[in-house]
Amino acid sequence: MNDGVNGVALGVFIFFFLAVTVMGFLAARWRKAENEHSLDEWGLGGRSFGTWVTWFLLGGDLYTAYTFVAVPAAIYAAGAAGFFAVPYTILVYPLIFTFLPRLWSVSHKHGYVTTSDFVRGRFGSKGLSLAVALTGILATMPYIALQLVGIQAVLDVMGVGGGENTNWFIKDLPLLIAFGVLAAYTYSSGLRAPALIAFVKDTLIYIVIAVAIIYIPIKLGGFDEIFASADKKYTEAGAGGLIPPAAAQWGYATLAFGSALALFMYPHSITATLSSRSREVIRRNTTILPLYSLMLGLLALLGFMAIAAGVLVTNPQLAIPQLFEDMFPDWFAGVAFAAIGIGALVPAAIMSIAAANLFTRNIYKDFIKPDATPAQETKVSKLVSLLVKVGALIFVLTMDKTVAINFQLLGGIWILQTFPALVGGLFTRWFHRWALLAGWAVGMVYGTIAAYNVSTPTQKHFGGSSAEIPGIGEIGYIGLTAFVLNVVVTVVLTFILKAAKAPEGVDETSPEDYTADAGDPGVKQELPKVGAGH
Amino acid sequence: MSDAPEVNRGVVTPVRVVIALCLIAPFVAMLWVGSYAKTDPELAGIPFFYWYQMLWVLISTLLTMVAYKLWQRDQRARASQKGGAPE
Repeated sequence: MNDGVNGVALGVFIFFFLAVTVMGFLAARWRKAENEHSLDEWGLGGRSFGTWVTWFLLGGDLYTAYTFVAVPAAIYAAGAAGFFAVPYTILVYPLIFTFLPRLWSVSHKHGYVTTSDFVRGRFGSKGLSLAVALTGILATMPYIALQLVGIQAVLDVMGVGGGENTNWFIKDLPLLIAFGVLAAYTYSSGLRAPALIAFVKDTLIYIVIAVAIIYIPIKLGGFDEIFASADKKYTEAGAGGLIPPAAAQWGYATLAFGSALALFMYPHSITATLSSRSREVIRRNTTILPLYSLMLGLLALLGFMAIAAGVLVTNPQLAIPQLFEDMFPDWFAGVAFAAIGIGALVPAAIMSIAAANLFTRNIYKDFIKPDATPAQETKVSKLVSLLVKVGALIFVLTMDKTVAINFQLLGGIWILQTFPALVGGLFTRWFHRWALLAGWAVGMVYGTIAAYNVSTPTQKHFGGSSAEIPGIGEIGYIGLTAFVLNVVVTVVLTFILKAAKAPEGVDETSPEDYTADAGDPGVKQELPKVGAGH
Repeated sequence: MSDAPEVNRGVVTPVRVVIALCLIAPFVAMLWVGSYAKTDPELAGIPFFYWYQMLWVLISTLLTMVAYKLWQRDQRARASQKGGAPE
């Protein structure tokens, strides 16, 4: 893979990269608002995005390096098991449809910017709000780490990364440069930068997919050939296969279901949702977002094509970039690499902004400096967005990069534990705040310990995200097991606390708030002063 | 319509049941892995396992669209009912 630098591909890659960087800086002037120093402005793009921008933005953070590096890599290495990402994204849309409009409404009524804001308002509990905020920030880091791994894979295949025997600084230099550019333009433009770049990114990706999905199978002799040679490889290797064996089906289903439940708990998905113009925009979006799932499925098949094309890499993350380099003319390989690289940058930017918002609103303002001015808030957010990326870098440098999908699954284990408080809270006030906090703690501790104990030949701890489900005996996604435990603890304790008449906390929302739409009394289209108000 | 407001204002209506079914169907289909973990019949060389799940992307999109349209109608009907016969 390190057979020298691919000059043409690198040139094209750099061209797109620079174009996008310039766009990032100019984005600050796009749809400029009155008050650019408010957190709402920097962090939510003024909450004025319509269906299409929202679609690009949501797509921008749902389909990432996860989609075109980690998932095909999992297929390349293990076959059918990696395809769980398709049912995962299918299940996401009915979920969005059901609960996100309620979150939009109540957030716009009360000026909530984060899930923690909502939890605090709903349950009158700063402790619970803090728990949700910390979980969000923690869970985002490995997800950003996955993006960095994606960029690194591309740079590696282009020959920029250096081999195993160069020192770590040279080896990671391209990664650090990419990281620096990302940090710089996110810092200056906020959410507007990724939204604008998302257009470029998606256009590039669609072109690359269209070409890859038509051109590569023809070159390889059709899908018959592709699946036949993949089947042969799995049989010879004695690992993986074209369909999941009975013993792996629990794992497949729980990974899909757990990931689907987790996705909309992430701060960045919420950010994209809240920046849409109206409640209807969200529901309308659920009918067009599945286009991305189709793309995900097609990209996943590239894992098989890499096998059929004879791509041999020890790090499966390099399989797809290597396939592109082998199959495409140099200039188009450059376009494909740019698509992957930018496709990792955009979500990384959105994720770090979202995590930063969470810190500022729910930790800095609630616990450190309650009388912060909007300008101070924005400043803190920008700084934290840098720190979150540094955290992600630590994950990249310490965890096994050859199974990058684990980064995302590890984040999922944690973020899923905020589901009962958030989604439960959107539909009912029955749960007791202390019970939710206890359930969260149990889920977090169980999930972290279970994940810590998973070992692989290459890594002693955090080697995977599936383990035996206690009581059932099948192997399943740890995140979902922890989630079930969390819910059980929450329900039982709620009964006990209610019987003991523990104080419920003040609910500042009312039932009508959950169905209000843009134009209804009290719902503001833009909330430029929200940073100062709450 | 206005002479049977109780029926129409209930929380569970036939339309809502259909909406719920549209939203639940993908879960049943996708989580029941055993129902599709096989290679035959193939489609253009692609094993059943793969094209079946891809097909469900389209099916679930259609179902979500139906749910969306029904929900809009449901909401409009409720709004006009409220406006028409204030109590």
